[in-house]
Amino acid sequence: MSRPTRHRVLPGFRLSLGFSWFYLGLIVLIPLSSLFLRTFSLSWEEFWGTVTTPRALAAYRLSFGASLAAALANVVFGLLVAWVLVRYRFPGRDVLESLVDLPFALPTAVAGLTLTTLFSSKGWYGQYLEALGLKVAYTSVGVAIALTFIGLPFVVRTVQPVLEDIDVDVEEAAATLGASPWQTFRRVLFPALFPALLSGFTLAFARALGEYGSVVFISGNMPLRTEIVPLLIITRLEQYDYAGATAIAIVMLGASFSLLLAVNLLHRWSQRRLEARPGA
Amino acid sequence: MPLALLLSVAGCSRSSGDAPPDGMVTLLNVSYDPTRELYEDLNAAFAKHWAATRGQQVSIQQSHGGSGKQARSVIEGLRADVVTLALAYDVDMLHEKAQLLPADWQARLPHNSAPYTSTIVFVVRQGNPKAIRDWDDLVREDVTVITPNPKTSGGARWNYLAAWGQALRVEGGSEARAQAYVEKLFRNVPVLDSGARGATTTFAERGLGDVLLAWENEAFLLTREVGQARFEVVIPSVSILAEPPVAVVDHNVDRKGTRAVAEAYLAYLYSDEGQETAARHHFRPRSEVVAARHASDFPGLKRLTLAEVAGDWRRAQATHFADGGLFDRIYAPRAD
Repeated sequence: MSRPTRHRVLPGFRLSLGFSWFYLGLIVLIPLSSLFLRTFSLSWEEFWGTVTTPRALAAYRLSFGASLAAALANVVFGLLVAWVLVRYRFPGRDVLESLVDLPFALPTAVAGLTLTTLFSSKGWYGQYLEALGLKVAYTSVGVAIALTFIGLPFVVRTVQPVLEDIDVDVEEAAATLGASPWQTFRRVLFPALFPALLSGFTLAFARALGEYGSVVFISGNMPLRTEIVPLLIITRLEQYDYAGATAIAIVMLGASFSLLLAVNLLHRWSQRRLEARPGA
Repeated sequence: MPLALLLSVAGCSRSSGDAPPDGMVTLLNVSYDPTRELYEDLNAAFAKHWAATRGQQVSIQQSHGGSGKQARSVIEGLRADVVTLALAYDVDMLHEKAQLLPADWQARLPHNSAPYTSTIVFVVRQGNPKAIRDWDDLVREDVTVITPNPKTSGGARWNYLAAWGQALRVEGGSEARAQAYVEKLFRNVPVLDSGARGATTTFAERGLGDVLLAWENEAFLLTREVGQARFEVVIPSVSILAEPPVAVVDHNVDRKGTRAVAEAYLAYLYSDEGQETAARHHFRPRSEVVAARHASDFPGLKRLTLAEVAGDWRRAQATHFADGGLFDRIYAPRAD
């Protein structure tokens, strides 16, 4: 990753790095530090009191839990979709390819409205699910479904190029050496795919944590039960409680940043292991 | 490059508010959701009126959204010439948070600066299958109620205060009774939408709930114009006098030089034509003449004022909707 490149297309490392810092500073760092400045009006006790109310704790649990569930579901099914797209040629492949990107392009509020219509007790899916005793709309299951929807493209699009790079030869070689399909997947493909899967998981997870538009419609917004953290922040803002809103935002920011950092380190470690493998 | 972009964007917004050379003047009316159709009508009528009396072209831009969110945009710099919001509390915040207008803004126009009023009524499904007639029916165990979250919706605060007020002011009412009533009511609410239009969708399109608590104008819009023969309006015996206020944002009109036209625009809301338009859109007119013409459109009911129910907005906010207030206690985790 940090290997020096011989042919530089962009002018000079210092200029590029300087610009990168400047750009990220301008559009990420400064806006976020202004967020911290806003909570300075709170004392430490007030800050702690605001971010640890039972409602806030319930919202963190739901936001992180549902995001995790959604990202994991996307890892499994995203890999499957990527696999099908890379390894097979079939009629309708282009359509499938575009379908994957749709959650990127669709306004999330539209996604939320549509999902709620489908899963509510009178909807196409909802009426049958409810007959089976499964309530989706206005429960945490609904939240996880909305988050799965918006996170899908991240896994597919990060895994796909890596999968394209792995030649079918490798699988065939494994097969001629007597590996079962499961062994081939576990010992040959999975280690090579792991960093990409991890990236996809991270992106989907991070995206889900911050998601608002698609969730507010399907969650029902019941305090302590189906309230996500972004809604809690909006609720504070609606009461003109800027300091309280930013206090909760900062907890989210801290938690998300540490998680992303941890996953990035894990990613780096697995990449190094992959490169160190003999024959890789 | 991004800096240049930012600067050019900032530059654009700076020049857009000033009067262009051709004498055309532009006003921005920042309002809340249920007034969208009303102001589309009113703006066209006022533009005609202004051109006829002053010979000046006026173009009025509308911005709609949740009342609180709209007020926040203005506080944070959206250059509204006038605000027409759901609650006086939201306009108060323009003074308190950013000094955009004086503290006594509500005394500057007749009738508490509310040119039209509304109230909170019930919408039920066709045939009123659960036989819902009045507030007592809403706390029955077999009834589910749809209302948005008072924390995020101005309309929902009126809903809540209407429920609170009738329990407080009914024969033998008391604070304790009112508190018990709203607690029971909100236990019958399965979903808390963030805004009034969202709650209407939940009730009308998702088929959730037996009764929707709604602005009167939204209720009539739903029954007469959207879901013909699917819904009925039920007028309770008592409700609240909802006064959605309007105000000129002094700080902005003085910078833009639009005070005269902005003031005329709000005065126009009180004129016969303005009142007639409001009545057509199911807002109750203040003018007695216009009200008499539309008497059959607006069923009679006792409407409690905010002062009778909760004092003023500051007190209502502190007692009911602030953190740790009565509304929060309804949802506080219980030992059971």
